[in-house]
Amino acid sequence: MPPCARLKLRSKLVAAVALVLLCGVALPVPAQDWVKTGTSLGVEKVRLAVPDFKPAGNDPQNAALLKTFNDTLWNDLDVSGVVELVSKSFYPLQVPGQPPEVVFPAWNAPPPNAAMLAFGNLGVNAGRLTVQGWLYDVKNTQSPQVLGKQYSDAASDAAARVMAHKFADEIIFRLGGGIAGIAESQIYFVSDRTGRKEIWAMDYDGSNQHQVTHLNSIAISPRISPDNSRVAFSAITKTGWEIMMYSLDLNRLVNFPHQGGTNLSPAWSGDGTKLAFSSSRNGASQICVSEASGTNIRCLTSDKGPDVSPTWNRKTNGQIAFVSGQTGLPQIYTMQSDGTNLQRMTDQGYAVSPNWAPNGQFLTFAWVRKYGPGEPGASDIYLMDIASKQWVQLTHDAGRNDFPCWSPDGRHIVFQSRRSGKDEIWSMLADGSKVQQLTFSGSNTQPNWSWK
Amino acid sequence: MKQANRKWFLFTLALGALMLLGACSKKAAPAPPPPPPPPPPSPTASISVSPNSVQAGQSASLTWQTSNATDVSIAGIGAVQPNGSQSVSPTDSTTYHLVAKGAGGTQEATARLTVTQPPPPPPPPPTVSDSDLFSQNIKDVYFDYDKSDVRADQQSSIAADVQFLSQHANVNFTVEGHCDERGSTEYNIALGDKRANAVKTALVNAGVNASRVKTISYGKEKPFCTESNEACWQQNRRGHFVYQP
Repeated sequence: MPPCARLKLRSKLVAAVALVLLCGVALPVPAQDWVKTGTSLGVEKVRLAVPDFKPAGNDPQNAALLKTFNDTLWNDLDVSGVVELVSKSFYPLQVPGQPPEVVFPAWNAPPPNAAMLAFGNLGVNAGRLTVQGWLYDVKNTQSPQVLGKQYSDAASDAAARVMAHKFADEIIFRLGGGIAGIAESQIYFVSDRTGRKEIWAMDYDGSNQHQVTHLNSIAISPRISPDNSRVAFSAITKTGWEIMMYSLDLNRLVNFPHQGGTNLSPAWSGDGTKLAFSSSRNGASQICVSEASGTNIRCLTSDKGPDVSPTWNRKTNGQIAFVSGQTGLPQIYTMQSDGTNLQRMTDQGYAVSPNWAPNGQFLTFAWVRKYGPGEPGASDIYLMDIASKQWVQLTHDAGRNDFPCWSPDGRHIVFQSRRSGKDEIWSMLADGSKVQQLTFSGSNTQPNWSWK
Repeated sequence: MKQANRKWFLFTLALGALMLLGACSKKAAPAPPPPPPPPPPSPTASISVSPNSVQAGQSASLTWQTSNATDVSIAGIGAVQPNGSQSVSPTDSTTYHLVAKGAGGTQEATARLTVTQPPPPPPPPPTVSDSDLFSQNIKDVYFDYDKSDVRADQQSSIAADVQFLSQHANVNFTVEGHCDERGSTEYNIALGDKRANAVKTALVNAGVNASRVKTISYGKEKPFCTESNEACWQQNRRGHFVYQP
């Protein structure tokens, strides 16, 4: 098939699947084809030009902080999935740093043909970093300003990064249908770079990676609370695998009662008042729910298991998806949060690690769809519309992929992949595009995206 | 002149007296001199130990007698009564040196107690050898892929384990559940937990007291073998026994 014909077929499929997912209509999807899907497809994206911010002053720190700011802002907008960034090669030679310097015809006509222009300046004065930024609707020359912002803080690389994130989120909020941006969100994950599996955290773009726990045991499955105050995880203790709780306010472990048996994979309810987790305190591994304090535990499943990896519908707090091996190879199931109305979601293969989309409509999970002797099955990331059980494959031909997790805006998915040769954290848009590697040191697994 | 005469007179008189005395002594015994005071009696001392050879840790009886002594001491023990006995249990061979001092002198006596070291203690029987025996006799239990039931060809291992455990009723242990690398981290730990509990259940059903058995799952966190082939994966799908001292 010539590339252009394939492209046409592909774009037709993209439109079809986008329609399916947007409308919730069930249509059979040819499983062998690569398709793109997502909530923002079929919608023309805004063409946004983002010339580098200009230096305001000659402080020696200026150049380095300007580079950090410009790189961070560009990346935030590029991976946002909300805008189409106009290539810098189309920009005029004179770029604005202040509103009076904007020459509208140089931006709103081809070659840039931008609808929006983000510009500004950055300066360091007596140790203080100040950024001024504007967003202009350059097609509307009468009243172009959509946004004007000024940020000021003690000059540091981290401050420049935060200002870029804040400005990017302002732009994304306005151009992305009023959905808050994610540039200030965090990703928690497991890393063995100290020699033991510990809980780590980083900014959503992979910067600022730092160790959270120092247990020198085996710590896995970090889950950040909806209010960013605590991280629940599972670790080997003197009494076996237990749910542990780390306070990000106190920067230390806080008490969580030991249950006995093997306790794994905690999951916060959307209101942060409950935890679901897997516990073998009664024998078989079952999905149990407790208060966030660990009290009042009750188990929802009673099959022979193992049942593990619960995830709440955070929109309603009324449903839980989880993994069960009750019929053999692990499959994805959903149930009401009182344990009733069990529904099997996957029909074959090896399906694990479900994560419920913030909008309540989709699950993402890892699936070796065709499994068994002679099957070359790879573990890939899938997306499923819960109402129709219609699924779409998001990763292809790229190592073993597992533990997908939604971004707070529902536009991105972070996951672990072995495509580089060892397990690392990657992110992508929820249509499988804009794939980015976030970690490079050691083995890094089980990413969990903060809720805001 | 007068003085010279007198000297001569005295000399002569003395000479005469000497001659007179010498003549008389042959004729009669002189009177016996007064008896000297009797010398103080010399002290006597003796010391003995019975038995004179013991093993370290055992005791022996030390017995001593003295007479005519006012100050009796035994080196290493100190001042003692003139006569007495005492139980001693030195750790090394010892010579007891008795010194009895009295007005009549000093008398010493010694007794030697030989201490033999006991034979090296028998190797602490339970722990070391049980641990060795455990690792020599206990057989791990292997599983099929994604399965946690003890398969037929592993029943002989269970039987051998039960036999050993029934003969060594004081042995406590942990069953570790392990999985191969192919599954997902969280599911594998739950699966390993099920495997460890399956082994425990098989042992308990065969009469092993449940309180002797702990379980832990390592999922795929601690593989025995790290290659990606079935031989290696089979090595990693197991219930592994670990002795608990």
